[in-house]
Amino acid sequence: MAKHLARPRSAGPLFIAPFMVLFLLLFLAPLGYAAYLSLFQEKLVGGTSFVGLENYLTAVKDPQLREGVIRVATFFVIQVPVMLLLALLFALALDSGLLRLSRVIRLGIFVPYAVPSVVATLMWGYLYGPDFGPFAQLSDKLSLPAPHFLTDSWMLGSLANIVTWEFVGYNMIILYAALRTIPHDLYEAAALDGAGAWRVAWSIKLPALRPALTLTLLFSVIGSFQLFNEPNLLMKIVPDVIDSSYTANLYAYTLAFTSQQINYAAAVSFLLGLLIVIISYAFLLTANRRRPA
Amino acid sequence: MPRNIVSSSAISRRLLLTAAGAASLGAALTACGGGGSDSGSSSSKPVSQADIDKAMKTPTELTFWTWVPEIAQEIALFEKKYPAIKVKAVNAGQGTPEYTKLRTALKAGSGAPDMVQIEYQAIPTFTITDSLLDLRPYGVSALKSQFVDWTWSQVSGSGGEVWAVPQDTGPMGMLYRQDIFDKHGIEVPKTWDEFAEAARKLHKADPNVYLTNLAANQVAAWHGLLWQAGAKPYITSGKSDITISVDDAVSKKLGAFWGGLAQEGVIGVEPDFTDSWYAALNKGKYATWLTGAWGPAFLSGSAKDTSGKWRAAPMPQWDASAPSAGNWGGSTTAVIRSTKNPIAAAQFAQFINSDPETAKMFATKQFFFPATKALLADASYIGDTPAFYGGQKVNEVFAGISAQVDPAFQWPPFLDQVATDWTETVGRSLARKTDTVAALGGWQTRITTFAKSQGFTVKAAP
Repeated sequence: MAKHLARPRSAGPLFIAPFMVLFLLLFLAPLGYAAYLSLFQEKLVGGTSFVGLENYLTAVKDPQLREGVIRVATFFVIQVPVMLLLALLFALALDSGLLRLSRVIRLGIFVPYAVPSVVATLMWGYLYGPDFGPFAQLSDKLSLPAPHFLTDSWMLGSLANIVTWEFVGYNMIILYAALRTIPHDLYEAAALDGAGAWRVAWSIKLPALRPALTLTLLFSVIGSFQLFNEPNLLMKIVPDVIDSSYTANLYAYTLAFTSQQINYAAAVSFLLGLLIVIISYAFLLTANRRRPA
Repeated sequence: MPRNIVSSSAISRRLLLTAAGAASLGAALTACGGGGSDSGSSSSKPVSQADIDKAMKTPTELTFWTWVPEIAQEIALFEKKYPAIKVKAVNAGQGTPEYTKLRTALKAGSGAPDMVQIEYQAIPTFTITDSLLDLRPYGVSALKSQFVDWTWSQVSGSGGEVWAVPQDTGPMGMLYRQDIFDKHGIEVPKTWDEFAEAARKLHKADPNVYLTNLAANQVAAWHGLLWQAGAKPYITSGKSDITISVDDAVSKKLGAFWGGLAQEGVIGVEPDFTDSWYAALNKGKYATWLTGAWGPAFLSGSAKDTSGKWRAAPMPQWDASAPSAGNWGGSTTAVIRSTKNPIAAAQFAQFINSDPETAKMFATKQFFFPATKALLADASYIGDTPAFYGGQKVNEVFAGISAQVDPAFQWPPFLDQVATDWTETVGRSLARKTDTVAALGGWQTRITTFAKSQGFTVKAAP
């Protein structure tokens, strides 16, 4: 690709300029400022001093950060496969043309994505409620013990449920769009060869979906490691289950705005960003390697 | 910001103790080198009346961050008196969200308002960063006698500075369900011992009902209870010295009491201001709510189903012969040091809180519990008989409690951290019914570690 663009014309830079200005101002400048901040330490008493990489060293050894990262990693391993599998099934079902009311269903699955995550979490928080939540009320009516969605052992699953509910539709749309781009000749050729619907799905649709799946997986890596809104809101309902360092991102926020350790928070954020880049890159690399050259 | 603060000396402290008397604990605990050098950087000389008159006639626009609903009516009174000044009210969130925005604006060096609504407990976290304007040069000290004594010590700094003007308060009392008490033959508890007995009796009589809820995330209520018990958890002297004693004998007494009731399972420990908690109050799960004086108006709005069933009483006492009270909430108006119009901003802070008409408006339209002595003695205010409380003179009950609040309670300069640490130690112990007294030690350790990492000299409790 790059080879074709390598012949600069005089007007070229001018067209690029607006992008470059925005890129510098809105992306690189804050990033640079955060990097700069992360090299200092500001105390409430005693002012600011240059500490070099000390904040990063502290962060690497910080057990609260480590626990947060491990927790979101666990979350990722459990939640993302479930969500993508569901998204894939919905996309294939819609694409098969066998569903009635497919437009309504498509919209229905996508609608939760249009609900702001804050609202979604508040809603689920109410549904999960151990006293007056509908699930609790229902089990009370049936003389069953109330389900404890908001306890230590269930919390990660309850969070995963909210996130899945929110993002299945979004991922489904990406996969569905990719399915619609598959040329119909392929299906005709397969039909001539005697392939059934399952065979078509397995041998044509799935391989064609690989780039889209990689994309949704990348988004999920980023989303999981940035998990913030959902635990932050549920913390108000169950402060003894979700603490201020429950996820790495929540920890960075707490450091910046509760502890007023902006510099350390910047270092933690940078490390988290680095981790996301490494994991995303590793996924891309494996995905590309598997693809036939 | 001065790097080295002259360490306190015992002599000057004693001298000042004598000099300041009981006027202000802040002053009594001073001895910092701050008095003249750092707080007076703008000018600690009084501003002349001529300058004030001139400033109030110069066309000026002020920005005021506040979460008070419909504050435009109070602002209109100010603008009527000073037509040259226009005040723009901005709702930047209530409490912590506002403080977070304010801190960000202060760090960025632009976007901060001229005046800001700030709760008593948040004042030290903004004076430690030199963000508030000392209002003494603008004649605010003259208002002192108009305000309830303890509120004035809350807004006063360690060098006698006046950092804000009180607006409303929250002396703590007990709201209770007369019908539930009657049904189970429970007397209004006068002491904490009686309270504990009533908690056991009530829960035994009806396992779905608890005498009260001590929210495991509500550090403000805990501080109010500490305050009532006479604890002095934080004592700052100068700018860098702090004594932290959140696990002293008084705190342990509280910890054993509340932790014990939580372990017995005779009180609730669910987080407050959540859907579930509102539902619980509406449906009679809790027979009392220990709350600030803003609570009665708040409750009548959020537990409408229970109208007429509630009454108010003072808090149970540790020592019935020497009744005391703590405070939960209430706020002030402060002026941000970076303001370009300090005179007009300071005049606004004074006017809106001390002018009899605006003060009364806050009390009767926004249902704020007043901070001025005049209103607390005003028959038309304390004589109010709301139907929600069965016609009881609720304001009168709380006016009586207000007089019992200990003026010597102090807040730490990093309250947000203290609050988070409380929830994750003491609050957690209540929620999980583990050893609350031991959790107090964990809280103490966490705050101490944080204070040291922030450059404070942490002193052992006396």
